[in-house]
Amino acid sequence: MISLNQLKKVFTTKDGPVTAVDHIDLQVAEGQIYGIIGYSGAGKSTLIRLLNRLEDPSGGNIQIADWKMDQLSEKELRQARQEISMIFQHFNLLWSRTVRENIAFPLEIAGVPKEERMERVDELIDLVGLSGRGDSYPSQLSGGQKQRVGIARALANNPKVLLCDEATSALDPKTTDSILELLVDINKKLGLTIILITHEMHVIRKICHRVAVMEEGKIVEEGEVLEVFRRPKEAMTKEFVKQVTEPEETQEAAGELFTDTDNHIVYQLTFVGGDAKKPLINDVVKTFDVTVNILQGKISHTQHGPYGSLFVAMEGEDNEVSKAITFTREQGVEVEVIYND
Amino acid sequence: MIDFLFPNVNWESVLYATLETIYMSVVAVAFTFLFGIMLGLVLFLTDKDNLWDNRILKAITAAFVNTFRSIPFIILIVLLIPFTQLIVGSFLGPSAALPALIIGAAPFYARMVEIALREIDKGVIEAARSMGASNREIIFKVLLPESMPALVSGITVTSIALVSYTAMAGVIGAGGLGDLAYRVGFQRRDDDVTLIATIVILLIVFAFQYLGDRISHKLDKR
Ligand SMILES: Nc1ncnc2c1ncn2[C@@H]1O[C@H](COP(=O)(O)OP(=O)(O)OP(=O)(O)O)[C@@H](O)[C@H]1O
Ligand SMILES: [Mg+2]
Repeated sequence: MISLNQLKKVFTTKDGPVTAVDHIDLQVAEGQIYGIIGYSGAGKSTLIRLLNRLEDPSGGNIQIADWKMDQLSEKELRQARQEISMIFQHFNLLWSRTVRENIAFPLEIAGVPKEERMERVDELIDLVGLSGRGDSYPSQLSGGQKQRVGIARALANNPKVLLCDEATSALDPKTTDSILELLVDINKKLGLTIILITHEMHVIRKICHRVAVMEEGKIVEEGEVLEVFRRPKEAMTKEFVKQVTEPEETQEAAGELFTDTDNHIVYQLTFVGGDAKKPLINDVVKTFDVTVNILQGKISHTQHGPYGSLFVAMEGEDNEVSKAITFTREQGVEVEVIYND
Repeated sequence: MIDFLFPNVNWESVLYATLETIYMSVVAVAFTFLFGIMLGLVLFLTDKDNLWDNRILKAITAAFVNTFRSIPFIILIVLLIPFTQLIVGSFLGPSAALPALIIGAAPFYARMVEIALREIDKGVIEAARSMGASNREIIFKVLLPESMPALVSGITVTSIALVSYTAMAGVIGAGGLGDLAYRVGFQRRDDDVTLIATIVILLIVFAFQYLGDRISHKLDKR
């Protein structure tokens, strides 16, 4: 569906050239939700803006569906953009237009007759759950509602691809979840390919099928979300994975917390999704001659299985304990000794 | 009572002068709005990386705007006499004042338009581009509607300046309340005529201000 080949973008600034996107190769299959994560300045926005040519590439090729994006004339480009929609962090709605008129805007551009336009707008308003708010102005809506208008507007011309640049970064966690659900919903309903940029790993965890990690204009790691979570290779990726698996306290702080107790060895069990058996602790205690004392932890259950960390103290014969640990690892849970007196 | 307060006032000529002033002001405001927006759009859109990125056009427009904004109005009228004669056929009467009024006010308004356009969130223009909007659609469906409240309050300020310009134009034979105040009030020392001309001009200014504020407020959905 989307194929990038040696894509490059260099900005000329007063301080010299800045390479924002550095020879990126990337393939995205049709119907996928593809996440791109990276810290501020990694070049994520530049990359996504290259896709719909809001930014002109300095080199390389961009193929989206049947469009060779880097070779289009102005007119063809405008045509292509009707099939490649975008939603934004700050929504970018026209404040002088009502919700209804905002959603009708791309239809006006596409030359859809008025009657049809109104019908389509009503459909979209229902689809994004804004029934009854059609005649409000953006200034009268909450952030989450504004983003729903942004999504409805983006879907108006039945696009093939939806580009999301930090679409949930200006929203609170609850609203973020509801917007992410809406995205999954339209991905399933309409078979839309979604490219999603974020600096929050939980967004990737919740809805993406594949993820690419970006650093200094390059993609340093790429793969199935579950795979990347389970076996992050790059230091950068590990940091991002920790965003979702670590409880509030860091390992060190947690280690210190346990020194006062009479636990001899404290393990951290890290769940990174997958099919880790639900009653894992129960199985361990039953199968092996060990006692397990849960000290602290936070696990959340998601589409991809459980995520999070548990800190446990395990007591027993050395070889029983090590069998228990091997068993745990076999269930796809990572085990690490974080305190040993 | 009124005749006692204003013994020298010929009410018919006051009415006539008022109509002339209103005519000059309204027509000049309409054309200033039009030309000011055109010039303002050029000033804004020829910026680097904007839709019509063009350094030469930008430099020419900016030079034109700055020049005509800086020439004192009374001098501008005199300078433009040949031009006025060419397009209006005379340099006397209210219509003859129009070219100078418009050429004096449009550059002034153009700068306000430029500022109003700069206030528009870049993201909104970008969103329109991402939907495949053409430059024309961006101008007429995004830039102008989104900046309309500011454009209206700008033309309100400009219209008040224009009313005072019409009074100055009156002095060199354009008619209107300025002419009345000068010919009758000043030259014949009929101070009551000056007073009544002032009052009517103030009323016109207040009317413009009121109307402008109302429209701008109504348009502003932010
Ligand atoms: N128009 C521009 N002119 C010059 N340099 C730019 C421009 N846009 C981006 N850059 C530079 O390109 C690099 C990547 O920027 P980009 O906005 O793509 O990062 P990002 O990953 O989206 O960051 P954030 O998470 O903060 O949005 C930065 O070093 C930035 O300074
Ligand atoms: Mg960004």
